[in-house]
Parts: sequence; C-alpha cells; structure tokens
Amino acid sequence: MRLVPRRGGSAPVISVLWLTAAAAAALTPGLLAPGDPSAVEPANRLRPPSWQHLFGTDELGRDLFTRVVHGASISLTAALVATAVGLVLGSALGLLAGFARGWTDTGVMRVVDVLLSIPSLLLSLALIAALGPGVWNVAVAVGLASVAACARIMRSEVLRVRESLFVEAAHAGGARWSRVLLRHVLPNATGPVAALAALEFGAAILAVSALSFLGYGVQPPDPEWGSLVATGRDFLREAWWLALLPGCTVALTVLASNRLARAVRP
Amino acid sequence: MARYVLARLTQAAFVLWAAYTVSFVVLFALPGDPVALMVGPDANVTEEQMAAIRSQYGLDRPLAVQYLAGLAEATRGDLGDSMQARQPVTTAIAESFGPTAKLAGAALVVGTAAGVLLALLAMLAPRPWQRTALLTLPPLGVAVPSFLLGLLLLHLLSFRWQLFPASGDDGWRSLVLPALTMAAPAAGVIAQVLAAGLRQAGREDYMVTARAKGNSRPRAYARHALRNAALPALTMTGLLVGGLLAGSVVVETVFARPGLGRLTTMAVSAQDLALVQGLVLVGAALFVLVNLAVDLLYPLLDPRVATAPRRRAGVRQITAL
Repeated sequence: MRLVPRRGGSAPVISVLWLTAAAAAALTPGLLAPGDPSAVEPANRLRPPSWQHLFGTDELGRDLFTRVVHGASISLTAALVATAVGLVLGSALGLLAGFARGWTDTGVMRVVDVLLSIPSLLLSLALIAALGPGVWNVAVAVGLASVAACARIMRSEVLRVRESLFVEAAHAGGARWSRVLLRHVLPNATGPVAALAALEFGAAILAVSALSFLGYGVQPPDPEWGSLVATGRDFLREAWWLALLPGCTVALTVLASNRLARAVRP
Repeated sequence: MARYVLARLTQAAFVLWAAYTVSFVVLFALPGDPVALMVGPDANVTEEQMAAIRSQYGLDRPLAVQYLAGLAEATRGDLGDSMQARQPVTTAIAESFGPTAKLAGAALVVGTAAGVLLALLAMLAPRPWQRTALLTLPPLGVAVPSFLLGLLLLHLLSFRWQLFPASGDDGWRSLVLPALTMAAPAAGVIAQVLAAGLRQAGREDYMVTARAKGNSRPRAYARHALRNAALPALTMTGLLVGGLLAGSVVVETVFARPGLGRLTTMAVSAQDLALVQGLVLVGAALFVLVNLAVDLLYPLLDPRVATAPRRRAGVRQITAL
C-alpha cells in the first residue's frame, strides 16, 4: 500500500489535506470555527458570504460556516459507521464464500446477486421504512445496502490471492491454514481493502447526505450536511449559499475520498 | 438461442422471487409494528381499532402465511393495498411510472451521448493537458451529489437566467434540468469505463493496421476502437438503469416532479410497507429486464461472445474509481 501515487501529481496530496481538515472539523470543531453553531442573530439574517461570515448566514442569522464545521462530526461519523457495517459484514461474507467454495459459495453469491439487483438507495430506503428515520438508522441502512458490493469484491480478492504463487509456496512449505491466512494472505489484502474502504466511505457520504437531504436523517436544528442543504433549498431563490455551500462541502469530501481510493489502489 | 433465452428467463424469475423474499424479510419480518408506525405514537387510536386495521391488511396472520399468501397474490399481479394512498399498490405504481420513465429515458440518452463524446474527445485530444482536463470531468460527475447539481442548475438556469421552469411536469422545457441532473452521474460512469476501454484498444495491433491503411486517428478510433471498447460500457449502461431509478428519488424531490421517486419518498415517510415492497420489486424487475436486453444485444455487437453467462463485477467498484 502506497500513499504517494505514481500518477496524478498533487491531486492525492490535496485529497489527504482536505480529508484531514474534515476529520479535524469532526473531532475538534471549535478549533476551526470557535463560534456557537446555534447562536441566533436576527439582525444578520441571510447575509451573503463575506470575510466575517465565510459561508454567509442562514434564515435565523446563524453563521453557516460554523454550522458546516460542526455538521462534519455527524455526517462523517454516520458515513464511517455505514462503511464499517458494510465492510465488516461484506468482508465476512466474501471471505466465507471465497474460502469455503462449493455450495456455501454458490448460496452466498446467489443472495449477493439478488441484493445487487436492487438499487442500493432503494434498498436503504426500504430499510429506513422498516427501521424508522434517524441518523443512526440511516447509517445502518446505508451500510447494510452496501454489504453485497463489498462481499463481491472481497470474494474476488480472496480467489485472486489464494491462487497466487506465494500462497501455494507457503502451503508446499507445510504451513497451516491459519498461518497462511495471517502471514501471507492478510498482508497482501490490505491494499485492496484500504482502496475499497476509501471508496465505500465516499459512497456512504453521498448516500447518507442524500437520505438526510430527503429528510430521514438528523432533525433540525442539529447541523448535518445533507439536512443543511435541505433547509437551504427553501431559500435558494434569495440565498443560494445556504444550499450550495454545504452541498459543495459534501461533493469535495466525496471527490477527495474517491481520489484517495484510486491512489491507494495497488 | 431459444434455450439460452429460456435459461435467462428462468434466472430472471428467480431474481424476482428472491427480491420479493428479501424485501419481505426487511419490511415485515423485522421486529416492529407497521400499524403502530402508520397511526403514529400520538394518534388517539384504541387497541381494538389497531386490531381491526391489522386484520384488514392481513397483518394478524402468522408470518409464513403472510409470506405465502402475498407471494401467491404477487404472481397474479396483485401486490396488495397501499395503506397511505388507499388504492392497490400496482395502480399507484402504474400512475407514477410514466413521468419517471420519460425522465429516466431522457437522462439515459443524454448521459450516454455525453459519456461517449467525452471519452472520444479525451482520447483524440491533440495535447496531453487537454486530455487531462477532459478526464477530470467524469470523476466529478460521479462525486457531485445530485441534489447539489440539481440545486445549482435551478439557481443558475431557472432563477438567475430564467431559461427553464423550476418545477412541475409540463412540456420538454420542464424536463431539461432534471434530465441533465440525472444524466451527470451516468455520463461520468460511461465516460470512465469507455475511456479505459479506448485506451486499451488504442494499443492493439488492429489499430496499428487501421492507421497504416491510411485511416485518420479519429476515424480509426471511431470505427475500430469504439466498437471493441463499447462492450463493457454497454454492460455498465445496463447496470446504470437501476441507478437512474434510485436517482429519481432525489431528482424528483429537488424539481418537485411527480413520479416513482416521489412515490418512494412518500411511501417511506408514511412507512407504507406494501407500497415500498412494490417499489423495490419494480426496481429489481427493471434491473433484470434491462440486463436481459443487454445480454441479448451482446452477441450482435461482438459475434465472438458466445451466449455463455458472464459474471459481473460489483457496480460501485467501477462507479467511483
């Protein structure tokens, strides 16, 4: 796994910087935006972006930049939970299918094929219909909807590695399965898994923010990127920054995460 | 060929049955009371009234009975009744199908054309920086959330310059902005897959031959490389149709259009489980049908492709890379 890419110049470096800033915003929002995200200032409502208010102010005079920075924590944590759910369950299924082969493999992959035939946003929506709205339900729904894609990629990765020469050599050398798995297969799988994780993270941010935009995630007044866009949508005619700037934050984070996935792909 | 088609039809029926089962497990077998969800926590409804509603929708029967009865009705084309719309699920879906089909069809045409054009232009660009610049666009199309693109188009083309109406569904002018919004991710995916295919095809011996015979570079790419690179892109296009259906949920909300997407958000918000299940089934059926069509098209484009089943890579593996 290499973080410095062979191709693409400075784009991956910028991606890492952006993601670091987003992570900093999520962990210590006060550092980037010392103000209070829900401090209401009616005299200053719907002000366009300026040096004083980088992203402008909303319909209650709250500083939008502060709200976006404080929203990072919910948005990114939800995306992280979704990625973890999808990756852990998907990898487990993929590993099981790839190692067991035979009937287990056929059975697992049939289920995976069926899940892949349902568009993932639609599957998340069905899960939300069953679980009810709320940001954690959204995160779990997005994660469960991505299990199938993860399982498929993991299985093909397992099949690729177990056919490779070094695994055969380790077997020929008399190593037990557990040792082969831990010492040979796992270290060689970190690169693809890291790329997959970055990719899933980007997709999860998109899905979580889309579902929040539709109104199934965080309820106002708590700031979250997707719901900030949803609130801003009502003021699009007179205050474009309310919807577009949080939206651009989502887009840039997804772009950075996808670009990073491409850079770490072995 | 007839045997192949029959095998594929059996497979399609299997996927539909499995999609029904999966959605049943997700929606009905998980703990939770759909009737309590429907009436809401604050509603003033007695336990007897709840029980009456339950028996009206058959929700008081054992799960296995509900499943088998529902499946038997589904094979006859009856997907149950929508609690919210108070009409059969199939009627509700049929009424919303037209506007979404129009929108998704327009988006697919625009997206495919834009994706092919972008990939060809990038390959044929005379300067390396031009190619690099063109190839930054597809990842953008994939990463920009459709609500952002939709609101951006609304802001610029509808509110500021007043070229297109902001919402509603009348005439082609109201179709332009939502179709463009929906087409962007599709174009991004197609351009990425096609550009990779063209790059690989450009290194093949037949391209050297084509150039040696006196074909210009654009002609060699358009006549020889494109045809070879089109196969994976065609597979992706088939996979994208499901994505378009999912995209309609966001796009129809942004542009306040009627359609399947709006029906989906309404059904999920009201926790109208029968309707949600019907919509999931429609999604799976569309996916199955389109991929069947793509598979039958394949041998026409490339006679070497025997009618053997192919394994497809995960959609999103290619989508975002």
